[in-house]
Amino acid sequence: MLALQRNWAVVGLALLLAMGLAGPLLLGLSAPGFYVEVLLGGLMSGVMYSLVALGFVLIFKASGVFNFAQGAMVLFAALAVARMAEVMPLAVAFVLAAGVMAILAWLIERLVLRHLVNQDAVVLLMATLGITYFLDGFGQTIWGSDIYKIETGLPKTPLLILEGLFDGGILVNTEDFVAAAIAALLVLALALFFQKTPTGRALRAVADDHQAAQSIGIPLNRIWVIVWAVAGFVALVAGVIWGSKLGVQFSLSLIALKALPVVILGGFTSVPGAIIGGLIIGVGEKFAEVFLGPVLVRWFDLAGGGIENWFAYVLALLFLLVRPEGLFGERHIDRV
Amino acid sequence: MLYRENGQFKTSYAADQQILPIVQDRWFMAALLVFAFVVMPFIGSDYLFLSLVIPFLILAIAAIGLNILVGYCGQISLGTAAFMAVGAYAAYNLVIRVPQLNFLIVLVLAGLIAGLVGVLFGIPSLRIKGLYLAVATLAAQFFVDWMFARVKWFTNYSASGSVSPPPIEIFGWTVDTPVHKYLFVLGVAVVMTLMAKNLVRGHIGRGWMAIRDMDVAAEVIGIRPLKSKLSAFAVSSFYAGVAGALWGFIRLGAWEPLAFNVNLSLNLLFMIIIGGMGSLLGSYFGAAFIVILPLLLNQAPAWFGLPISTALASHLEAMIFGALIIFFLIVEPHGLARLWAIGKEKLRLWPFPH
Amino acid sequence: MSKLLKTRVTGMVAAGIAAGLLTLPATSFAQQKAAPAAKGEQFFPVLVYRTGAYAPNGTPWANGYVDYVKLVNAQGGINGVRIAYEECETGYATDRGVECYERLKTRPFVAAVQPLSTGITFALTDKAPTDKIPLITAGYGRADSVEGEAFPWNFPLMGTYWDAADILVQHVGKLNGGLDKLKGKKIALVYHDSPYGKEPIALLQERAKLHGFDLMLIPVTHPGVEQKAAWLQIRQNRPDYVFLWGWGVMNSTALREAVATGYPRDKMFGVWWAAAEPDVTPVAADAKGYQGLALQHGAGRAKVHEDVLKLVHDKGQGTGPRDEVGSVLYTRGLLSAMLQVEGVRQAQLRYGVQPLTGEQVRYGLENLNLDAKRLEALGVSTLMKPLATNCRDHAGARSARIQQWDGTKWGFVSDYYEADNQIIKPMIKTSSARYVAEKKLTMRSCADEISAAAPAAAKK
Repeated sequence: MLALQRNWAVVGLALLLAMGLAGPLLLGLSAPGFYVEVLLGGLMSGVMYSLVALGFVLIFKASGVFNFAQGAMVLFAALAVARMAEVMPLAVAFVLAAGVMAILAWLIERLVLRHLVNQDAVVLLMATLGITYFLDGFGQTIWGSDIYKIETGLPKTPLLILEGLFDGGILVNTEDFVAAAIAALLVLALALFFQKTPTGRALRAVADDHQAAQSIGIPLNRIWVIVWAVAGFVALVAGVIWGSKLGVQFSLSLIALKALPVVILGGFTSVPGAIIGGLIIGVGEKFAEVFLGPVLVRWFDLAGGGIENWFAYVLALLFLLVRPEGLFGERHIDRV
Repeated sequence: MLYRENGQFKTSYAADQQILPIVQDRWFMAALLVFAFVVMPFIGSDYLFLSLVIPFLILAIAAIGLNILVGYCGQISLGTAAFMAVGAYAAYNLVIRVPQLNFLIVLVLAGLIAGLVGVLFGIPSLRIKGLYLAVATLAAQFFVDWMFARVKWFTNYSASGSVSPPPIEIFGWTVDTPVHKYLFVLGVAVVMTLMAKNLVRGHIGRGWMAIRDMDVAAEVIGIRPLKSKLSAFAVSSFYAGVAGALWGFIRLGAWEPLAFNVNLSLNLLFMIIIGGMGSLLGSYFGAAFIVILPLLLNQAPAWFGLPISTALASHLEAMIFGALIIFFLIVEPHGLARLWAIGKEKLRLWPFPH
Repeated sequence: MSKLLKTRVTGMVAAGIAAGLLTLPATSFAQQKAAPAAKGEQFFPVLVYRTGAYAPNGTPWANGYVDYVKLVNAQGGINGVRIAYEECETGYATDRGVECYERLKTRPFVAAVQPLSTGITFALTDKAPTDKIPLITAGYGRADSVEGEAFPWNFPLMGTYWDAADILVQHVGKLNGGLDKLKGKKIALVYHDSPYGKEPIALLQERAKLHGFDLMLIPVTHPGVEQKAAWLQIRQNRPDYVFLWGWGVMNSTALREAVATGYPRDKMFGVWWAAAEPDVTPVAADAKGYQGLALQHGAGRAKVHEDVLKLVHDKGQGTGPRDEVGSVLYTRGLLSAMLQVEGVRQAQLRYGVQPLTGEQVRYGLENLNLDAKRLEALGVSTLMKPLATNCRDHAGARSARIQQWDGTKWGFVSDYYEADNQIIKPMIKTSSARYVAEKKLTMRSCADEISAAAPAAAKK
């Protein structure tokens, strides 16, 4: 597409999204208070997706592997924390689980990735899929298939705030705000890690160019272990947050499929992309389901809504058609 | 010593260009076909047909389709199960609404409809490549899943969303017993494989392979990427559609939208990776592997006399499945077809060492 | 690994796998004979799911079922005929369920199959008549399969989803002082997006037309962990009642989201598969007030549970944990097994005390007559009411009660309701006729069969 056409496409897409965002309020489809609730709900969902997508991005940035197993890692970490917290305080269980995830990272690098160094993307994708199957089975063998709880001590009942401003008030959950705060802290910590510490700088070097990094003496294998361990830690945080919200059970690993549109929208190699992509997808999904869904059901006489199953993907697809590398991804230059 | 081309001189272009130029290969293929069509119906048990061979053949057809797209044309697709669903529902609706049509025509039409849908969802491939395209095809998967669950017309306004087609009848022959089903599916598989082999050998196939290897260079020498990529999507979806129709009508008998979910897509991708990308024989190997392995893993504990619970057996199955996939990817990324090719190469020398 | 070693290892592994793959078909060439089922044993295939998203609910059911089979064997079998059983993991997936069925149906003397999934039931309904194996779908399955003339091989014993939905509407009507008071009210159905969840919709729409209430349909996709948008919609529309038709993880997630959006739990009613311990214990005290249907039985131990504890668990043969004995889903599995055993027993009265074929067991299931005396002898009289099936009625009973979660346990809060046959019967008739027409089958005629069987029955 020519640059001019590209700009029009970007403008068009931005307009479409803005219409979608403001539409319900302008068309009077909902009360302002409820609109804010859906917005908050979407942002919270988005934060959760971003946490999972963060793990994807970290690993892809450093080793070029598309880690389909991130969902299974989230589940495995959550199961570890949930089951260990049954016999020890939550904080201790958390630290132990972080250790478990680090060991898992080391094993994955040693047993799987080291042997698949120069294979193309599909093969690596399939290898991480294999890891997913293995982790699913292994996690359930050790920890079981029941629904387990992670008690963070936060109140589950929602608060009604701003009753004066909005008719009926807005329902907010303390848990969600804490989750958002933790996610923000995590991103901040990661940013500091990447910018200020030598290991972080080495990671960025490896992400830039493997061969150059190797040539100046950065041990590639060790860096990969560190990256997977960090991604494992991110998975642990995501697992604890998801687990305390939804309960820990096998089906948690299917959440990872929702994080894929986040990653492709934001760009495979961008951390801010993962965050912003997550927020866009979260809000877009909820808005589509709550406001667009009933409209479609009425027009086409559908047997119910459920639009959010595919909306995230279609949204990401639209973005891709306009920016094939994602919002913040690197421009890919084809060499013939 | 036995597997040599000594003395086999080709005296016409047609003989030179045939699919199996070595006469031993032709004998082997003829023997295999005779065994499959004539001998198997008498020695096979119902369980063998229904649970092993029929799923194997149907999934092999779908795997051939996916192989054409991924192995020959290089476009990663994670949405094949969606096209299978399109084929299955299209066949169901044709059979319900136009009952006079012969089922073979219904199969072809279902495939064509799936092909059209495939072209539609293949359009992004003109802009997007690689992993991005893979995830974009997931959009097709989830959208089609949703569409068949929601648009009531497709399920003939069934309250439960479950559809149940009538038994297949072709020229008065009712396909109801396992042997009949086996023969029907075998016939379709042979015809589709032959078609695929010829497509892949011809100029269309070469265009696909050029796009796969270096798409910019292919465009430079005059192969139109639009035509090539969309034709790959179309043919691949045609195969997936036919396989889907067979899967729904013969293997499942009654299905709901969940029957064609993303797990099936991932399984098909496993099949072609383990079997060998860019190889039709690999599709068959991969399909056999994926169909037989879970059954093997399920029953192995019983053979060894180990009394383990079904839950543990199920978990072990998942773990061993994952481990085997990783093992194969590490040890032989080109798949079982490569091992077969190596075997044939060794066979040319056997029993001599070099 | 050196190249040579790598090639050798690859070759060996490939050879090993090839050998394994080849022997599997070879052993399948012969008719499968199972080690457990020796001559003289009745075979019960047990289709269960102990893994996956539905494992929390499937596992207690399976434990109850197998425990009862072990109890019957410990008591000497069905009039002396031992029961052999084999579990097969379906993971609530239709194709795996069909595969399990195909593998286990080749055993000798298969009594009946209980799919424990409406989706698998739909798939097996087409195969059962050809294979002559009855399907028992106690409390689930096709609602129209009550009609024995169209579905001779399906037995939705104890009630179907149309009965369940009907009873919920009756109860809600009662809460409002009469079914006519429902006019203008809003009822939301949060359902699992599968044949199981969609089954009650037809009846609810029928009732909505009759009484004038608004029906909101909110599907939740498998596995049901993402329900935020669904509950935001509920918050937007503020329905008066929410009917929950979920399974597995979906149920506890629904309750969590209800807490998060502030929907009063005492206005939520679950079907009998959404009102059990695994659904509420993850939320525990926050789910207080949530009500659900009890398929005649609730939680709590009866005499049969004591027997199980004494003869099975105390001998170290218990299938699951001891404190699970008496929970809602455990008892449901136990009663499902009991109904199958009684069906075989009834068939033995006609065909003799020996291992029976599926066709013979079908006769037994169609002529079940569990009166109060028999229930007392079995030790389940506090769990269910008398049940009797016949050719036209394959369910045998259509009553249920409402139970409520008080934060720690389930307790009954209503009397027995009977599903209103006046509305349901015509629906069954149309639906089963449609099935028969679509599949090009012929309806059998109960009247002819009953008159033909009358002399034989008189002999008994």
